Amino acid sequence: MTQETSENVLSVRNLSVDYATERGSLSALRHVNVDVPKGSIVGVVGESGCGKSTLISSIIRLLADNANTPNGTIDFEGRDLLSLSQDEMRGIRGNRMSIVFQDPMSTLNPVISIGRQMIDIQHRSHKTKAEKRQRSIDMLTSVGIPDPTNRLDQFPHEFSGGMQQRISIAMALQAEPALLIADEPTTALDATLEVQIIHLLKSLQADIGCSILFISHHLGVIAELCDYVVVMYAGEVVEQGTVRDIFHHPAHPYTAMLLKCDPASISTKTRSLPTIKGEIPDLVTLPQGCVFKNRCDRVMQQCDSKVPMWREVKNAHFVSCHWNAP
Amino acid sequence: MSNILEVNNLRVRFRVMSALKARYKGVTDPFIDAVRDASFSIKEAETFTLVGESGSGKSTLALAVAGLLPTAEGTINFAGKEVTTMDRSQMQEYRRNISFIWQNPTGSLSPRQRVSALITEPYIVHGMRDRDLNAEAIRLLKMVGLSAHFADRYPHQLSGGQARRVGVARALALNPKLIIADEPTAGLDVSVQGEILNLLNRLQDDLGVSIFVITHNLNIVRHISNRTAIMYLGRFAEQGFTDDIFESPRHPYTLALLSANPKPNPDADMERIELKGEVPGLMNRPSGCEFHTRCPFSAENCTEVVPPQIDVSDQHTLTCHYPRQENNTLSP
Ligand SMILES: Nc1ncnc2c1ncn2[C@@H]1O[C@H](COP(=O)(O)OP(=O)(O)OP(=O)(O)O)[C@@H](O)[C@H]1O
Ligand SMILES: Nc1ncnc2c1ncn2[C@@H]1O[C@H](COP(=O)(O)OP(=O)(O)OP(=O)(O)O)[C@@H](O)[C@H]1O
Ligand SMILES: [Mg+2]
Ligand SMILES: [Mg+2]
Repeated sequence: MTQETSENVLSVRNLSVDYATERGSLSALRHVNVDVPKGSIVGVVGESGCGKSTLISSIIRLLADNANTPNGTIDFEGRDLLSLSQDEMRGIRGNRMSIVFQDPMSTLNPVISIGRQMIDIQHRSHKTKAEKRQRSIDMLTSVGIPDPTNRLDQFPHEFSGGMQQRISIAMALQAEPALLIADEPTTALDATLEVQIIHLLKSLQADIGCSILFISHHLGVIAELCDYVVVMYAGEVVEQGTVRDIFHHPAHPYTAMLLKCDPASISTKTRSLPTIKGEIPDLVTLPQGCVFKNRCDRVMQQCDSKVPMWREVKNAHFVSCHWNAP
Repeated sequence: MSNILEVNNLRVRFRVMSALKARYKGVTDPFIDAVRDASFSIKEAETFTLVGESGSGKSTLALAVAGLLPTAEGTINFAGKEVTTMDRSQMQEYRRNISFIWQNPTGSLSPRQRVSALITEPYIVHGMRDRDLNAEAIRLLKMVGLSAHFADRYPHQLSGGQARRVGVARALALNPKLIIADEPTAGLDVSVQGEILNLLNRLQDDLGVSIFVITHNLNIVRHISNRTAIMYLGRFAEQGFTDDIFESPRHPYTLALLSANPKPNPDADMERIELKGEVPGLMNRPSGCEFHTRCPFSAENCTEVVPPQIDVSDQHTLTCHYPRQENNTLSP
């Protein structure tokens, strides 16, 4: 991935975020670097609870109340998002930058009809009401909602989980953003729709040249959709590279194990699926040295005390691991 | 093994329009059939999986089976007792024997309760306070791979996958005979997903629990389930032993679905069976075979004649005029 900020629509540098909890400060992100090059799709994968959603909440500046003020910088189209006021952020969200969440009901208002919501979010546009209505119908059609004209009057609960998700994708795309952030947007969809959304996102990216930051646990979707992949573990980015580097030549032991655990890669039927032994470290009392050492199959003496350096294994392929380090 | 659950010709309807609006719009039937004519059974210690189109009625079917939605037609028999006609106390007894894992993990957890209270709630509901609820909470958390300190958290302090695991932990509290799990591993990384599925498999081996899983994750189905049904527009398009379905899918929709599944390899060759058109609305179901508007193999009579149910092999049935040939799945 390019480290040249001018070519990146989004560039996260040295980002750290803590949550205040009853047990003490929970360190959800530590010194995270992520780049989203212009016009590319970057996937983020990693263990449940490793900080993917926290990363996104920091970018869109909607962190939970008990989060501290993030450290680091988040450069978006030449501005540091962390230095903007909430008012300035509101001008960016839903406009230059749109978000699709894991749970569609977090974007949809349960008591307002789909049509009203889709027209309301076009409040910045100078189109007539009829044009906005037509745009809403077109967007719903493009995400595969049947009979959109009649369904505009319906409320979110009258749609299935998968349909709700496609509606929230339609709403996010309406403003033709420079960056679309998607937190597991296809988790609730069947495989045919998932592929349809992948193709939709790809063609949108080609049409309006937007970039996409895409979180998913579905490694197949990441492989098919993304140009670059960021791998996170326990609040850190442990590896990043092109999609082929990550899938064909994983450099971090965690990445390699994650790929091996995918049941899609296991051809013989088994009642005991592979897992990564051990637990993620407690983010309140972090261990010394490497965060992955207690589960690693290549652990060495220095892993115990020394935090591995972020280094380039080959062009645009980065890892933080002592293994094979010069 | 005997059947723990038998569902016959189940139909679940939703009103989608007020009577007034229906008359104004000239609609004669203001209801949709979210589930139509679904029949299946689950044996003791067996896992049955339901996959299929988004919005095809999978959650509706599961909710109806759990007694959480009224049914319009058909029967649901659990361990010899009819569920659709149960009175309140019978229903309470039934609910103690089944547990339900909701599709939406955070939304189904009450936001004001701590995790410990949430996962031990089933004991309270069923008047089983005679135990150390704290110890139970920690035991259940351990089972789903969460450490004890999660007991004090509130739902909004959990990641998506952690909330999903809390939902699973709660479902395990009462040692149910049947677990109905709507997307039990959506939003989990593949390692934690493996832990949850291994746990369910172990419970099944040790306690003989039956499991009814709904999932969009086709990669797990083959590993966890004995039998599988594929749902389209509220009906079962095909059902049979999971191995048979994956080795030789016969219904064109099954084929399209299985072939769509993205592979974890950026250079994978995808031979997809593309569906045409859009998912039809439930208000205007297509004539003949209800899949014909999307089917890449549809012929003239598919548009008019309702296809028969055919048995291709032992317990492998489908509804189609032109089932695909065995092991020759890609050519018409
Ligand atoms: N408001 C909060 N207060 C305290 N801890 C929190 C809060 N929100 C998240 N966490 C914790 O921070 C860590 C990162 O959470 P986050 O939601 O970012 O994970 P994630 O990578 O998105 O996980 P998933 O894949 O399960 O969605 C987790 O351990 C989580 O329990
Ligand atoms: N309360 C309701 N009122 C009206 N229609 C409903 C209601 N609940 C569901 N529906 C409709 O019934 C159909 C089946 O919905 P259901 O949620 O069962 O689908 P599903 O197969 O679980 O989908 P998904 O895979 O997206 O979760 C959908 O068309 C949905 O819009
Ligand atoms: Mg998340
Ligand atoms: Mg559902």
